[in-house]
Amino acid sequence: MGSTNSTLSKIPNVEELMQETGFTPAHIVRLYDRFEALDKEKTGHLRPQDFGAINRLAMNPIGDRIIGAFFSPGQETVDFHSFVRILAHFRPADKKHPKDPSMPEPVNSRTSKLKFAFQLYDQDKDGKISRAELLQVLRSMLEMQVTEEQLESIADRTIQEADLDKDDAISFEEFRKSLEKVNIDHKMSIRFLR
Amino acid sequence: MSTMGGLSQMKLAVNFLTIGLVILSLPCGSYTEIPPKPPGSVTVLPPVKPAGGPQAFPDAENSNLPVFTMDYARIQVPFEVTLWVLLASFAKIGFHVYHKITFWVPESCLLISIGLIVGAIMHSVHEEPPAVLSYNVFFLFMLPPIVLESGYFMPTRPFFENVGTVLWFAVVGTLWNSIGIGMSLYAVCQIEAFEVQDINLQENMLFAAIISAVDPVAVLSVFEDVSVNEQLYIVVFGECLFNDAVTVVLYNMFIFVADMPVVEPVDVFLGVARFFVVGLGGMGFGVIFGFVASFTTRFTSNVREIEPLFIFMYSYLAYLVAELFSISSIMAIVTCALTMKYYVEENVSQRSCTTIRHVVKMLGTISETLIFFFLGVVTITTEHEWNWGYIMFTLLLALVWRGLGVLVLTQIINPFRTIPFNFKDQFILGYGGLRGAISFALVFTLPDSIGRKKLFLTTTICMIMFTVFIQGISIRPLIEFINVRRTNRNLETINVEIHSRLIEHTIAGVEDLCGQWSHYYWKDKFLKFNNRILRKILIRDNRAESSIVALYKKLELQNAMEILDTVSGDINAGSSIVSLQYVYPLSPSSSCSLSLSLYFALSLILLLSLSLACSPSLSLSLVLSLTLSCSLFFMCHTHGIPRLSANEHSGLEPPRL
Repeated sequence: MGSTNSTLSKIPNVEELMQETGFTPAHIVRLYDRFEALDKEKTGHLRPQDFGAINRLAMNPIGDRIIGAFFSPGQETVDFHSFVRILAHFRPADKKHPKDPSMPEPVNSRTSKLKFAFQLYDQDKDGKISRAELLQVLRSMLEMQVTEEQLESIADRTIQEADLDKDDAISFEEFRKSLEKVNIDHKMSIRFLR
Repeated sequence: MSTMGGLSQMKLAVNFLTIGLVILSLPCGSYTEIPPKPPGSVTVLPPVKPAGGPQAFPDAENSNLPVFTMDYARIQVPFEVTLWVLLASFAKIGFHVYHKITFWVPESCLLISIGLIVGAIMHSVHEEPPAVLSYNVFFLFMLPPIVLESGYFMPTRPFFENVGTVLWFAVVGTLWNSIGIGMSLYAVCQIEAFEVQDINLQENMLFAAIISAVDPVAVLSVFEDVSVNEQLYIVVFGECLFNDAVTVVLYNMFIFVADMPVVEPVDVFLGVARFFVVGLGGMGFGVIFGFVASFTTRFTSNVREIEPLFIFMYSYLAYLVAELFSISSIMAIVTCALTMKYYVEENVSQRSCTTIRHVVKMLGTISETLIFFFLGVVTITTEHEWNWGYIMFTLLLALVWRGLGVLVLTQIINPFRTIPFNFKDQFILGYGGLRGAISFALVFTLPDSIGRKKLFLTTTICMIMFTVFIQGISIRPLIEFINVRRTNRNLETINVEIHSRLIEHTIAGVEDLCGQWSHYYWKDKFLKFNNRILRKILIRDNRAESSIVALYKKLELQNAMEILDTVSGDINAGSSIVSLQYVYPLSPSSSCSLSLSLYFALSLILLLSLSLACSPSLSLSLVLSLTLSCSLFFMCHTHGIPRLSANEHSGLEPPRL
């Protein structure tokens, strides 16, 4: 369609983007429109304040972590490509593609999704969820409901359940193992991004 | 050894009981002379005056004080009801002796078979079965417990995630089936060879509406055993529960219309309107009563003993009020249970909560057992009209239309689902459409103005037998053969819960980011509304509790119980004094099976001879009790009796590792 093509032509490297993320042109256009709506000052980049303007996201217990996930370490802005790449994690998995070991892991595979979730916990990027990091997440999710001792007991129990090598932290492998029976593709997919 | 003494004492006691009952039954024939009953009525003894009744000293005039009297008539009805319930329940115990039977054959089949046997016996002595499947008794007493159990134990989260699909299949699927089968049957009726031309279109449609009502019982137990994937489970479950609205509307509509010679378009429109009234009205009533029940339990902290009562009374009230207005009572009671459960379980004490769950399950199981049992009994004792063409075509058409219906409907709804149904799921969905008690009750209560009522009755029974036996038995091997997606009955771990919550928040956040709504939005909105308003009104101690905290508390409690516990999941009341060690036989030995078969043969012979010798009703009751005591005796013999061993110091056994 005319408007789709004209919008697409505005985006640099759009072919590569579609190839990498698997989005259709219609999706890219829709996301571009959204990107522009958020980018009020039309700089072509989003800053944390732009994300914070979304009311309901601001009220989300882990809203700040989600926003933080869009920004690569050291960067202060998000361009459209990074925006789309992060959102591509939430596409439902494609069943039709055969597993090709030579190709890199698709962005919306189970492992990538799990990695994304893992990074929400692991803010200092050391590859493990320490007790303190877990406590922070629990505190933000449970807010006023529990006392500090209960929080600590819950965190202790969590680590005790998942920690197999007894280093008092949850590595990515342990994280993955504890969720092995959960249908991550179902839980971490947004349908309209299919 | 003391244990051996205990065993033999038990045996001795049971032996005495048996002998006593045998002696009691012998003189029954000479005392109770009962005139032949009019056919089609429940067994009613004429009131026996004490003066003319059995007496220890029959020769004296009223001057002496009778030492021993019997007044059977007074207790007859409750006594027979109790014996029937016990007999059905004992049949259930009997099935589980052989684990292999219940593995391959669903319990409903076994119960129907036993019912058939008992029905045959009753038929041979010209005894009428109790009027259990009369309209009122079935719909007012037998059906509500089953539906309450289904509603109470329905997993809410998958249900609300799939509510669109469930309603789609329930409503549209049932309509599709009814109309399709009705039309095709009408076409079949036109064939002269089958001699059924007198059934007009309305009657065919009525029959089709009855036949399309699917029944979940047999299928769900198989699904649970096999751990079939959650989506399939909840869709089959929900479909069976919610198609009642459509069935009731269609049934009433066609009954009304069957008398009318001409159907006007206005009536069709009114039918649609009525459907909405029935469905939404049922849900509305359910929700109202659910809230009222939750609100009531807020104030019951001082009357803990009667807390469970409120649950039962309110749900039953919802059912009855819905019946009053002829709207879908099944939907009313299901929605009531769904609404109530969450709030009530926070208000009532731990014990009341356990009691409620147990009693709901117990009532549901009893009702279900009885219904299938009586299905078997009544099959033999009613009059049938057999017509090869009609029956065969009904079976065929029902299968075909259901299969087609599932295919077409899934194609339409799959794009809207996050996990689409693949072909294996669809096959099981179609194959799992078993018919059961509701169809039977509905056809039983057809007005006699329908000319071919007996034919309909026979066809329905055939349909039920076919689906329950053939499809019910074969569905398990089929599921395993085609390897349907299974669900992982994940042990609830705190990790999974925490991470799932995190993921849910993430998805909600990303959706907000993309400016899209999805059901997470509604869920979030509802949760906020719940926390802010509903919980404050309906729950006594209304601190909002996250599912993480709830799960954590539950797991800690479980751990504590495991340390205290010895054998099974329940802590026995007496465990502080003694600990029970059960002796399990490793496998049914050959002597066990020999004695079992001997027992069955013996009791059958006794049943027959005694009922033939004496006049029917009293002897039947006594013979039933005789059979029960025999089975008790043999069960003790086969399974071994709990060996009591007292611990000397404390009562607690060290934890089993």
